[in-house]
Amino acid sequence: MIKFVDEYRNPALCLKASEKIKAISKKKIRIMEVCGGHTMAIRKNGLNKLVGGNITFISGPGCPVCVTALQDVDTAIALSKLEGITVCTFGDLFYVPGSSSSLAESKSEGADVRVVYSADDALNLAGRQRDKKVVFISIGFETTAPTAAAAILRAQAEGLDNFYILALNKTMPAALRAILGSGDTKIDALICPGHVSTITGIEIYRFIVEEFKIPCCVCGFEPLDIMTGVYILAGLSEENKAELVNAYKRVVRDEGNKKARSIMREVFEKADAPWRGIGVIPSSGLRLRSPYKRFAARERFNIDVPPAKENPGCICGEVLRGIKRPADCPLFAKTCSPSRPQGACMVSSEGICSAWYKYGD
Amino acid sequence: MCWAVPGKIIDIQDNRATVDIAGLRKQAALDLIAQPRVGDYVLLHAGFAIQKVSEEDASLTIDFFKGRLGR
Repeated sequence: MIKFVDEYRNPALCLKASEKIKAISKKKIRIMEVCGGHTMAIRKNGLNKLVGGNITFISGPGCPVCVTALQDVDTAIALSKLEGITVCTFGDLFYVPGSSSSLAESKSEGADVRVVYSADDALNLAGRQRDKKVVFISIGFETTAPTAAAAILRAQAEGLDNFYILALNKTMPAALRAILGSGDTKIDALICPGHVSTITGIEIYRFIVEEFKIPCCVCGFEPLDIMTGVYILAGLSEENKAELVNAYKRVVRDEGNKKARSIMREVFEKADAPWRGIGVIPSSGLRLRSPYKRFAARERFNIDVPPAKENPGCICGEVLRGIKRPADCPLFAKTCSPSRPQGACMVSSEGICSAWYKYGD
Repeated sequence: MCWAVPGKIIDIQDNRATVDIAGLRKQAALDLIAQPRVGDYVLLHAGFAIQKVSEEDASLTIDFFKGRLGR
């Protein structure tokens, strides 16, 4: 049995990393952790304290639930209200408030909304209940998009005519370029997402190193993974070197997972996509290619919802771009909490507001 | 949401596997990895195996860290 969990949580090695980081870190730097999983790991383990006062973590746009545009949440809710439809969603999206409702509220009003663990679960459900149309709300980055693509290929092969997806998948490079290029947020180094890189490989970050001169480190999610990554990034920053380092080699091959990428490319093509708090980013989303258009829920059910109404007090958008901190939000920990979330960053278990609420600044 | 955990394939039927994750048995689709075999360790994400992993890879990472941090 593969163990190697204790090793990556080894307190002595983490403290050693902490001392080393503090010893080399002379200037103040801001490290963006792109992935929501990293945000949680940093806060849960108190790594933001262990790295010393010169290093500040800024959370990036890597929580798929948080960056799902409000209008797309409204579309999912509208789908759930149609007769004869079962909507399948990942758990985090279930509670995200739309303009005036949520999938959870829709279910409480009688809609057939199921929380699933996998696109494959939704596909199996479609196979079992052929009299109902099953719509899978497909969110997620490059880690998750191939799973939806594989489900579509299976549906095609099995001749399932009652399975559809609402493709809200997004891809990392264009979003990172938009954030780094906007100049809104000063970023000195990047902790790149671990499991996205398992699929994409590490070369998708090369432009950040070459064009933006920002050092990048692909990291795992255990405390020692992140502390070592920070040590590498702090060292590169001190020397003003921009390099791309893979510190998660146990699951990230430099070349990624070619088979998964080819399945993703077979089913999806690039499309412009709206990101919550950021706006429409060209070529940052995925839509079904022509041969698979019949699986597209939005087109099949002709869903067109009115423009979304953002909660005027919620600053999720600025938090997602790293411009503001959760504590800057007037709603944070007052009217907005995990049990009564006002915005997506508080709903998702990987949202930055949820992390701050649970573990503090 | 991009969470993933390693597990061991203990059975394969119709390109879906039963995977043992530290004693917990889960079903996982194998569409995204090449030549899966019973006994392989795989990284699981959202019901799919997304990469094969090995004990050697895991110890390589530890060695990498120790090398970087100094023994």
